[in-house]
Amino acid sequence: MSRRLESASGMQALMADSFRECDAAARDPAGRVAWCSSVGPVELLRALGFAVFFPENHAAMLGASRLATDLIPTATAEGYSPDVCSYMTSDIGAWRRGVTALSRVDPSIARVPRPDVLVYDTNQCRDVLDWFSFYGRQYGVPVIGVAAPRGVGVVTGELVAAVAAQIRALVPPLEAIAGRRMDPDVLARVVAVSRDTSVLWRKVLSCGEARPSPLTFFDGCVHMGPAVVLRGDERAKAYYEGLLAELEGRVAAGEAAVDGERVRLYWEGMPIWGRLRQVSELLAGLRASVVGSTYCSSWVFDGLDPDAPFDSMARAAVELFISRSDAVKEGILAAEARRYGVHGIVFHDAKTCPNNSNCRYGMPGRLLRGAGVPSVVLHSDLNDLRLHADEGVRLALEAFVEQCAEAS
Amino acid sequence: MGGPFFSGIDVGSSYAKAVLLDASGAVAAEAVRKTGVDFAAVAEALRVDLLEAAPQARGQVARTLATGYGRGNVTFADEAVTEITCQAAACWHLFRRALTAIDVGGQDTKVITLDGEGRRTSFLMNRRCASGTGAFLEEMAARLDTTPEGLETLAAAGREAVPLSSFCTVFARGELLSLIRAGRAVQDIALGVYEAVVRRIVEMARLQGDVVLTGGAAIPGGVLVRRFEAAVGHPVLVPPHPQTTGALGAALLAMRAREGQR
Ligand code: SF4
Repeated sequence: MSRRLESASGMQALMADSFRECDAAARDPAGRVAWCSSVGPVELLRALGFAVFFPENHAAMLGASRLATDLIPTATAEGYSPDVCSYMTSDIGAWRRGVTALSRVDPSIARVPRPDVLVYDTNQCRDVLDWFSFYGRQYGVPVIGVAAPRGVGVVTGELVAAVAAQIRALVPPLEAIAGRRMDPDVLARVVAVSRDTSVLWRKVLSCGEARPSPLTFFDGCVHMGPAVVLRGDERAKAYYEGLLAELEGRVAAGEAAVDGERVRLYWEGMPIWGRLRQVSELLAGLRASVVGSTYCSSWVFDGLDPDAPFDSMARAAVELFISRSDAVKEGILAAEARRYGVHGIVFHDAKTCPNNSNCRYGMPGRLLRGAGVPSVVLHSDLNDLRLHADEGVRLALEAFVEQCAEAS
Repeated sequence: MGGPFFSGIDVGSSYAKAVLLDASGAVAAEAVRKTGVDFAAVAEALRVDLLEAAPQARGQVARTLATGYGRGNVTFADEAVTEITCQAAACWHLFRRALTAIDVGGQDTKVITLDGEGRRTSFLMNRRCASGTGAFLEEMAARLDTTPEGLETLAAAGREAVPLSSFCTVFARGELLSLIRAGRAVQDIALGVYEAVVRRIVEMARLQGDVVLTGGAAIPGGVLVRRFEAAVGHPVLVPPHPQTTGALGAALLAMRAREGQR
């Protein structure tokens, strides 16, 4: 793994606190728990006092702890195809088997926190709705959310207004479940914290532009936890202030995340959670640093505006990389490759997540011909290690680093 | 010509190959063995083979580069490099032009694109399954109760390739069963097996420049090469020793490293 960041231990404590808070809220008869998709309208939920739990974060923890692969067959036996989102199938399998990754963080947490409502945004995919609907049926609680446009080219005022109207429409049912009215000032404050956190997170990620880079994509996958789980919470903001200071210190000192950085890469697509460490170590051994990614940047919502919470939340949801057209994504990737000064892009073609696998419609070839950016495609998966071959991934990465080193 | 000599050891999934170059870059010796289960042992055996074939190289091998699946197990190698880089180096050395090199390996098939300067612009490997690889040929040969060599002989006598439609090796075995049951000529089925491999490879990438076929199955004038030429509509290039191209590339890179050109 690349050199460990000092802030890591503070981050783990922060994440553990947030899980304990969700657990406590679920046990407290007066507490209210909302489950939210990772790029869903979390600000509404925080402003209404919900403890917010993120199934995607939980599923990523199942993947990272390599529990996921054994859990997926339980969901498959229930009729969920092994070809659909392995976050969903591992999470459902875990639930059926009474297993939670939260117990690994705090053994006193025996189960995921019982939800009072599940809130989704399909800007990322339809699977998230199917996933949440499973829990809606099991717990007998409402599943509400936003049916967002996908494959968005130009972000028009009409699109934003349509999504903003859907977000607004969530308020009355959420108020009814929360048992309180939405205070516009509280919402504005939460949105402001979300925006500030987001700006800090963007600055953290932009440190990867430095040569050598003080952080890698793999660090980002770990340190993005608070940007997802604690978006809109002051503690996340404070955490990223500390992390940013640490990284800026590294940049000033010329300290590299990967010793002797000689090849710079950009990661496109989902992490391979069960092999995060191995892939990180492999690349570090080759003196290749993955300095940027679309994945970690998915939680940058700079445009959030406390004076226009609904419109700006809608705009953030529509502008998201994952919900854009391939033409827009291509432009973003070419610009990102330039911004980070990378030798090439590593595309992860995740078998069970076509929604966040962007190499399936000719993108690598177009980027090579149009922007001169070479790439390699890894065939693997986010959580299902039955779809992963260590040797194939190793060979592809080693050969690509050799190619990049030759070209430089 | 004498020393120093340079060796390349390519420990592939089915076969291990070795090439020894003399100081002029000419091939002084070659060796091929079944890989078996002990990568280190087969590499050592190849080293002995090379020195037996070229005793003048004893004590004169200046540098050894390992490649292939077992590249990390070649204990006496100075360096390990992927077979993709080695194939590219060898194909450029042999043909010196913009080309697409296709290596049909035992475990996977690789498509490597070189520009007119010999720079690698892209490479692809087949996906998670055996279709389009040597393993597919081995599997199908076993189903037809023959060896890979026997499959080649059968296919050479085939008149009309029976189409096999499945991507999946297990499904393709099932297809083979139905074809046998339907009484199709085994020679035509064998030809269909080669045709299926060619189709899988051709769809992997847009083939640019001249096409070079390497790997143990790429026998010059053999069925795979002929079917491939029919599929792409023009002749393809085959190195004189297609099975040892990776090892040749490794030896060339060892030589280049020694000369400080890399
Ligand atoms: S975007 Fe992909 S990984 Fe995320 S929930 Fe949807 S299908 Fe699963």
